[in-house]
Amino acid sequence: MQTPNIAIKCDQVSVVFRNRTSEQRVLDHLDISVPRGQIVSLLGPSGCGKSTLLRVVAGLITPASGTINVEGKSVETSRDKLAFVFQEAALLPWRTVWQNVMLPWEIRGAQPGSKQPAPSKDQLREAIEKTLTLVGFKPTDWHKKPSQLSGGMKMRASIARALITQPDILLLDEPFAALDDMLRSKLNDLLLDIVSQTGCTMLFVTHNISEAIYLSHRIAVMSHGKIADTIDVDLPCPRESGVRGTPAFAGLYGQVAESLARSNP
Amino acid sequence: MNRPPPLWLRVLAPIAVFGLVAAIWHLAVVLFRIPPVILPKPEAVISALWSERWTLLKGSWITLQASMLGLLCSAIVGCTVAILFSQSSLLRTALYPYVIFLQTVPIVAIAPLLIIWSGTEFRTVVLVSCIISIFPIISNVTSGLLSINENHLDLFRMQSASRWKTLLKLRIPSAIPNLVLGLRISCGLSVIGAIVGELFVANSGAYDGLGTIMNAMQANLKTAALMAAIMACTLLGILLFLFVQFLGTVVLRKWTRDAGFEAA
Repeated sequence: MQTPNIAIKCDQVSVVFRNRTSEQRVLDHLDISVPRGQIVSLLGPSGCGKSTLLRVVAGLITPASGTINVEGKSVETSRDKLAFVFQEAALLPWRTVWQNVMLPWEIRGAQPGSKQPAPSKDQLREAIEKTLTLVGFKPTDWHKKPSQLSGGMKMRASIARALITQPDILLLDEPFAALDDMLRSKLNDLLLDIVSQTGCTMLFVTHNISEAIYLSHRIAVMSHGKIADTIDVDLPCPRESGVRGTPAFAGLYGQVAESLARSNP
Repeated sequence: MNRPPPLWLRVLAPIAVFGLVAAIWHLAVVLFRIPPVILPKPEAVISALWSERWTLLKGSWITLQASMLGLLCSAIVGCTVAILFSQSSLLRTALYPYVIFLQTVPIVAIAPLLIIWSGTEFRTVVLVSCIISIFPIISNVTSGLLSINENHLDLFRMQSASRWKTLLKLRIPSAIPNLVLGLRISCGLSVIGAIVGELFVANSGAYDGLGTIMNAMQANLKTAALMAAIMACTLLGILLFLFVQFLGTVVLRKWTRDAGFEAA
């Protein structure tokens, strides 16, 4: 039986990549569950399978074995409740910010099998305005093309595009890896804002330990296709940026760093 | 250290080279007493360019029409073929060798055949121009339609996009820069194709593009006029190239608002 407040549940999930000469087990009987409304970070060295896990949950990769439940259903039937934020902003360069944010509905709109009814033109315009404002876009930038935007603004647009379909679950694959620390912490606060306003669940892949601590309720340390360790983050919510200087934060940092080092010698 | 040379030098230097070559050419003709049928003096070519100006202009106009129509046909047919190729790997595997064949068969070898089939007419010239210029369009657009950013594809898959929507909203827009590149390569080829076509159409008398005119000049040993016609061909090629270049720049700029096409 599914516990009703579990948003994502992976059971014994394995993924194997094959090519002509070798096969590589990227995920190895992995178990993880993410409670609804929480942020869980996946931390681990390159090649440990973090991004693959995210793509399996998104239904972009079919696992060799194991089951994945999203909101109690299989991935295929719950895909429109998920949204993915890619490592690069991945905006379509020929579309304006506005048109990029509109894209998911443009694709879904006439889809006959779609679960949610397509919004009307006015509803859609309102939703885009609201979402762009939420992620911090000034109206003067709404109709710019991606090439006219800074890296941070591109990422904001990309987040807006993910939010436009009102997903229950956001999957983020190292979204801020290419940004400087200032921007990164600003966008971290934006994510926390989004969670508190929308109540959505997040699975967040990152390399950055303090980012993981700052954002998450729980950190899953990965190693060789498995969850090696999970660490609950007992910091007050909602987070404030001052928390980074506290001894509790430093203690968690040491704990996570040690766990990473232990599980990935 | 590597500062670009000043503008006056960039203008004057090529002109000086032109003058120098013309002077040596003139001197050689005089010194070695080369008969004008073999090599006329440069000033004779210039004066032929002037005296034949109406014939050449009229011929250029016809050849320009033929090559632009040929280029247009290869753009339309080429894009259609590329879209079909992008949708079916079976089709691609089965037909790509024949596309390569189009590229490698010497067009001069099939031009006579085309004339037998299609007659000594304008449309044959357009056909030759199209066949010669279609390959870069097919190959560039096909590769543009197929090499799509993985994240963009995933984005569409996340929305369970149909094949048709992915083609329309992702693949085709992504391939626009490749189409522009293909057109830039093909426009020169389309002029060559038109002139080759005209050389074969030649003797009918019903058609007088640059190639046809050149055929007649060669038959009458009007060497100076022939060289003037060659200059007209070159000018025509440059003209079409600049036109396509301009068109491409405008399209690409509109595509991403500013000059550079964003890679990500």
